[in-house]
Amino acid sequence: MKVFKLIIRNAMRHRLRTFLTVLGLALAVMAFGLIRTLVDAWYAGARIAPPDRLVTRHAVSFTFTLPLAYLEQIQKIDGVSAVTPAVWFGGIYIDPKNFFGNFAVDPVTYLDMYKEIIVQPEELKEVLADRRGAIVGRRLADRFGWKVGDKVPLIGTIYPGNWEFTIRAIYHGRDKDTDETAFLFRFDYLDEVMRETAPGRAGQAGWFGVKINDANRAAEIGAAIDSRFKNSWAETKTETEKEFVLGFIQMADVLIAGLRIISYLIIGVILLVLVNTMVMTARERISENAFLRVLGFRNFHLIGLILGESLAMACAGGIAGMGLLAMTSRLVGQALSIYLPGYYVGLETYVIVVAAAVIVGCLASIFPIQRAVSIKIIDGLRVVD
Amino acid sequence: MIPLGYTIRNILKHKVTTTMTILGVSLVVFVFAAAQMLSYGLKSTLVSTGSDDNAIVIRKSSQSEVQSIILRDQGQIVGTSPEIARAADGSALYTNEIYVLINQPKRATGELANIVVRGVTPKSLELRPAVKLIAGRMWQDAGSEVIAGKSAAERYAGCGLGEKLRFGAREWTVVGVFDAQGSGFDSELWGDVVQIADVFRRPIYSSVTFRMADTTQFEAMKARLENDRRMEVDVFREKEYYAAQSRTLAGFIGIGGTIVSIIFSLGAIVGAMITMYASVANRVREIGTLRSLGFSRLAILISFLIEAMAISLTGGLLGIVGASFLGMLQVATTNWDTFSQIAFNFRLSTAIVIAAVVFALVMGLVGGFLPAVRAARLKIVDSLRAA
Amino acid sequence: MADIIVTARNLSKSYYRESLEIPVLHNINLDIPNGQFLALMGPSGSGKTTLLNLLAGIDQPTTGTLTVAGEEMSRLSDRELARWRARHIGFVFQFYNLMPVLTAYENVELPLLLTHLSKKERRQHVETALGIVGLSDRMRHYPRQLSGGQEQRVAIARAIVSDPTLILADEPTGDLDKQSAEEIMTLLSRLNAEFKKTIIMVTHDPRAAEKAGLVRHLDKGELDG
Ligand SMILES: Nc1ncnc2c1ncn2[C@@H]1O[C@H](COP(=O)(O)OP(=O)(O)OP(=O)(O)O)[C@@H](O)[C@H]1O
Ligand SMILES: [Mg+2]
Repeated sequence: MKVFKLIIRNAMRHRLRTFLTVLGLALAVMAFGLIRTLVDAWYAGARIAPPDRLVTRHAVSFTFTLPLAYLEQIQKIDGVSAVTPAVWFGGIYIDPKNFFGNFAVDPVTYLDMYKEIIVQPEELKEVLADRRGAIVGRRLADRFGWKVGDKVPLIGTIYPGNWEFTIRAIYHGRDKDTDETAFLFRFDYLDEVMRETAPGRAGQAGWFGVKINDANRAAEIGAAIDSRFKNSWAETKTETEKEFVLGFIQMADVLIAGLRIISYLIIGVILLVLVNTMVMTARERISENAFLRVLGFRNFHLIGLILGESLAMACAGGIAGMGLLAMTSRLVGQALSIYLPGYYVGLETYVIVVAAAVIVGCLASIFPIQRAVSIKIIDGLRVVD
Repeated sequence: MIPLGYTIRNILKHKVTTTMTILGVSLVVFVFAAAQMLSYGLKSTLVSTGSDDNAIVIRKSSQSEVQSIILRDQGQIVGTSPEIARAADGSALYTNEIYVLINQPKRATGELANIVVRGVTPKSLELRPAVKLIAGRMWQDAGSEVIAGKSAAERYAGCGLGEKLRFGAREWTVVGVFDAQGSGFDSELWGDVVQIADVFRRPIYSSVTFRMADTTQFEAMKARLENDRRMEVDVFREKEYYAAQSRTLAGFIGIGGTIVSIIFSLGAIVGAMITMYASVANRVREIGTLRSLGFSRLAILISFLIEAMAISLTGGLLGIVGASFLGMLQVATTNWDTFSQIAFNFRLSTAIVIAAVVFALVMGLVGGFLPAVRAARLKIVDSLRAA
Repeated sequence: MADIIVTARNLSKSYYRESLEIPVLHNINLDIPNGQFLALMGPSGSGKTTLLNLLAGIDQPTTGTLTVAGEEMSRLSDRELARWRARHIGFVFQFYNLMPVLTAYENVELPLLLTHLSKKERRQHVETALGIVGLSDRMRHYPRQLSGGQEQRVAIARAIVSDPTLILADEPTGDLDKQSAEEIMTLLSRLNAEFKKTIIMVTHDPRAAEKAGLVRHLDKGELDG
């Protein structure tokens, strides 16, 4: 098609400007994608939680613990297939900056319920043989250069004192999204120390992981658990694992909202860059477009030319941006992997980028088209510059 | 030097193009300033929560009141310290408090949020003169009445004046609302320490706060208390303690905001570059003429850099003005150091304005540099021949 | 100041396009005494503008030496050349080359910004220059509010305002109607006669050339006689 050729030739008339426009669009698209992916990754924990797992915790807030004795009572409730206790330890490794999640769990029942955490059977045996044994995630081990057999000191914040654990196992995630940054150690060890030093705090679990037979009955079973402890001095709140995780994710609600807003502002920048270039183009082409009309070209021809050029640049920017995004997101994902697993660009992000490019391409051509079409031929011909 | 008027009028000549560039820069600066304002707002809210005259005692290594446990007899020991100032009636000015988080739905979304219930003593109010009841009354029946900070009353279900909420297997009525001058206390519920400890079955304190008789003696007192074998505690100046409670989130927002702004700015910088290249291209002959009049390459370079920076400065100022309107906005979120909700305002400071202006100027400089170099490198003969 | 303002010896200039030599000027020898009004004539493409550019120091000869206003041009660095031009050269172009965003006054003031004159002194100079060209009443006008002849008079005012040693004019009447051209030529000869300015003017117009003290012809890059 001749028109297509003309569009490309027009776009290539100012190579540098076209290149910069595409580059500007590409960089903005990349920034948009990186930020959106960050938001997605933040929600990864909730996204992957299977529907047949519940969490039972204290109704007042997660800072309160529940009697360990609840375990057996929950176990008895109809529809519950397994229960495992866990508690947030909140220890500090040397400096608060080295933050990572560390909690006490019952290794056997815990690993049985959370199948995405994979520990070699020989290593698990070592953990069970050592009261102070710990299981750490692969990425966490990488972050601090830990190996099996290393001793790790933690300063207790909730449970006072200096604690020392020995790494007996390193776990891998089954899925891409699995968190590989946790530090798990033996619940019975923590409980034993509490019994000796602070008997009032022994026999307490932070929460119970609950596995159910039928995911469709989650709400009903949750309600059954909670009503079992209604009016006791430690009432419970049972929710799906997804809701439980979301509760923690919501702690960053302001940041997430901020990032969302910023990602829309970036689309605004993309639009500004393209409009800028298209306005320049329109100004230069006034007399030329008038001349085309003298030759007998109609308005729709001009519209096609201008819209085509705008769309061509928008799409080139979108495609180049996706390329940049694919490359940079991998680097960012690696850099963030110790804090935030699951940083990879979802298909949805690519779709949004393409849609945004097309919309922006159309919007940016409105003003130049309006200008090219509304000017009188004789006026257009007179304009030089 | 090429006169500034020449530069400015050239900027004004291409209104649409210039406007687009200014808007691009202003969006970036807006984002940058907004993030810094959020970070600074959080910091100042927490800093204003503490007072210079007070000191706070929490359990060693516990980092914050949420995790701290002070046994009751340890609390008494601290209370008998000689370094504590005396009230008019001769009693020691100290308070044992308990700090509990409860889940309460947000009015706006219905999502559960962690609200602080602080069990206090009559001395608590004396130690925090900023806290004033603005509606209702103090509790009379300590076992079923509490008062709420004004942000808490506004934002969370059951926390408004006269409303009821349930915690610790009991129903409580909010009988008063207090204003704590925008400090962290505004997001809390206050009740009687004995009753709160009782309903939660926590026969302990979370912290002890006292007025120092002599603030210069702080270090000596800190050393004495921290070395006391009967308890394992950390002692902080109250102001420093609360300032530290903003560290994680404020730092994260500040640094994260800067990184995002920089990535964000790339697109706007390229936009500025396009505008400046066009500006150079439109004026090739003028550049040749100026050079033939005797203006040096450097003068041309500077003139175009100034043009770029004037555009970006305008954008920067626009962004700052836009961001300053955020000052009217209050945000409530979870403070990562305490796991509890805190309400604070976006807050502008001179330092933020300066940083934002510098950021805008740097964007102009980076975006304008290559085009300016091109202008300066034009050969006079060639540029005079240009149409 | 030396009596001879321009001395060119064996001046040659070639352009190169893709390793192809395009000779433009050959062995030009030229001496121009102070106070002369020289008209350069010649067919299009004969190298007149090129020669003027060399004299103004905005282009460099391929071979030969050129001394203008006591300076051997090849010795000057780019920066020194700029300073030298500001001091010694006043340039008048065929298409005026005024800054569209500056008023007549500001356009004329431009070269003075490179001097150390105070604002007040600058105003005196600009007003004098605009007075000489007869545009005192148009100081606040922008170029597009002036006629072609008026624009060119502003350009001449700009060329003389810093009292340069040498005024170079490239077809100053080339884009003007007869009447305006007449006015410009009268102005230039007055500058020469009354203010003793040395002027080198390129022109295609024989009637313009008449006003000059001396006419020389350039043909295919060679100067007559
Ligand atoms: N930058 C350049 N590169 C290549 N060739 C050039 C360049 N500048 C000038 N020329 C060539 O040098 C020759 C002389 O040009 P010049 O502009 O000096 O002619 P002129 O005598 O001023 O002509 P006119 O009367 O048309 O203005 C021409 O053939 C022109 O094509
Ligand atoms: Mg010529």
